[in-house]
Amino acid sequence: MTSAIQRKQHLVAYGFILPFFAVFATMFIAPLAYSGYLSFFAHKLVGGAKFVGFENYVRAFQDPAFLFGLGRTALILLVQVPIMLGLALFFALALDSGRARGSKAVRLLIFLPFAVPGVVAVLMWGYLYGRDFGLTGQITRALGLPPTDFLSDQLILFSIMNIVTWAFVGYNMIILYAALKSIPSELHEAAEIDGASQWRLAWSVKIPMIRPAIFLTIIFSVIGSFQIFNEPKLLVEIAPTAIPQGFTPNFYAFNVAFVNQDINYAAAIAFLLGFVIMIVSYVVQLSMQKREVRW
Amino acid sequence: MVTAQLNPVTAPPSKPSKSDKRRKAVNRGKRRSNLLTLVMWLSVLYFILPLIWLFMSATKDNSDLFTTFGLWFGHDFNLFANIRDVFAYQDGIYARWALNTGIYAGVAALGATTLATMAGYAFAKYKFPGDKLLFAITLGAIMIPLTALAIPTYLLFSSAHLTNTPWAVILPSLVSPFGVFLMRVYAADAVPDSLMQAARVDGAGEYRIFWTVSLRLLAPGMVTVMLFTFVATWNNYFLPLIMLNSGKLLPLTVGLAQQQATSTAGGGAQALFSTVIAGAFLSIIPLVIVFLYLQRFWQTGLATGGVKG
Repeated sequence: MTSAIQRKQHLVAYGFILPFFAVFATMFIAPLAYSGYLSFFAHKLVGGAKFVGFENYVRAFQDPAFLFGLGRTALILLVQVPIMLGLALFFALALDSGRARGSKAVRLLIFLPFAVPGVVAVLMWGYLYGRDFGLTGQITRALGLPPTDFLSDQLILFSIMNIVTWAFVGYNMIILYAALKSIPSELHEAAEIDGASQWRLAWSVKIPMIRPAIFLTIIFSVIGSFQIFNEPKLLVEIAPTAIPQGFTPNFYAFNVAFVNQDINYAAAIAFLLGFVIMIVSYVVQLSMQKREVRW
Repeated sequence: MVTAQLNPVTAPPSKPSKSDKRRKAVNRGKRRSNLLTLVMWLSVLYFILPLIWLFMSATKDNSDLFTTFGLWFGHDFNLFANIRDVFAYQDGIYARWALNTGIYAGVAALGATTLATMAGYAFAKYKFPGDKLLFAITLGAIMIPLTALAIPTYLLFSSAHLTNTPWAVILPSLVSPFGVFLMRVYAADAVPDSLMQAARVDGAGEYRIFWTVSLRLLAPGMVTVMLFTFVATWNNYFLPLIMLNSGKLLPLTVGLAQQQATSTAGGGAQALFSTVIAGAFLSIIPLVIVFLYLQRFWQTGLATGGVKG
């Protein structure tokens, strides 16, 4: 039993969402559907594009280049993401506690790398990592240490993790800091009057209160880790042997599409990538939901 | 659902000014910790030293770049000579790249913010058939990696003859599912239902309410969305890399990366290194300024909420 006024309001609401969903349908849904469609075809030497069912997907799961790329991403998720978010949480809590001098400047300076374009960040770190002429080389030489090649096959993944950490600690810190600031101050004032230490306060009051913000930073980091592209794309110029075609899944999709010119296989990889991200995000969400307070 | 959990992250605090003042009063009485101060400032070094290196290197010529200490000036101060080189390179293509970047990022940020604000506002303030489903689809879209879409988008655009035009970079950047989510959360608290109801009683139409009443209250949230879409487009490398091939259309990110590749591959043509570094240094200045300026807005928006507008 919709009244005339309600119907009018429905029309107004559709009017508001129409522009977004029109662009969303053409720029998001259509490419996604097209990607799915392409992934079921393959170019054969005879007869051109042919429907091959799940062949491209089966191929991806047997493709060492793709699987090693996923493996590197898993390593980033297990090593780099916890370090980055741990640092971001520590800084946010430290700034929120108000016990460090010049905390406003500290907040701004830690955040600054986020304003540096990823391309410039990688370019800069590429120079810093140079063994003979880079800053790291100068410092290790001055200290009389053996020269370390941060762009070697063994170290390059960790060097890339360092770049990502440098760029995104501040961003995550700001999200967590904003969440901390919105905790009603009565809550921890009470705990402080009861004599709780700052550590205790952080662990039992503040961290549980900002769980949703922590969840958000984890999800963003998961998505970001699977999308790493700038770092291998730019560092491959100065470290060609350390970075194979499939260094990260995203870099691999790019190479398959534009270097190997195999659009159909690239579409399958892109689709799989989206699927893997959804699964990982869902697992994170489930594990965070334990003891979750619903708002 | 994700919504239920994320709400408090971005929602403007309901009574922020009062508790904020109280908190400040408490902080003033607090003991400062020397150890924590030391730890924090040592950490700052990690974030700031590479940028100091970038500045110092932008002031050096090529030989000083590789022979003098990275965190101090070289024998000569070459910053202005380097900047001249940056703008002289290929008949001043750098200025063109900078202009392109500003246009792409500006148009994309304005467009994305407009679309996201209208949609988020409708999700927050109206009930209509299909609202839950459409919002769930929008949330799901946050999880899809944009780069996974870039390749099929490229193929669709190339069959529509849109590749190698500014639209190829701007159109895909107009979609910000996260912006819609953020504006929905923001609008839910910032625009009181009672205010809309009062305007309705006064005889204002729904669109008029949006323009004259709600938009002003939504402004701090809009600045946040605009800031993030602006930065995302300014810094985007993947999309323009695959979409554009004419040098005159490139944004700074792709232009600088190409210049760097040329100088690395050139071997003997070392003359470019200091030009690339100076160009990289220049490219971060506008963004840092915009960022710090807008960030103040954004933090006020988060801290004082949309209540006052």
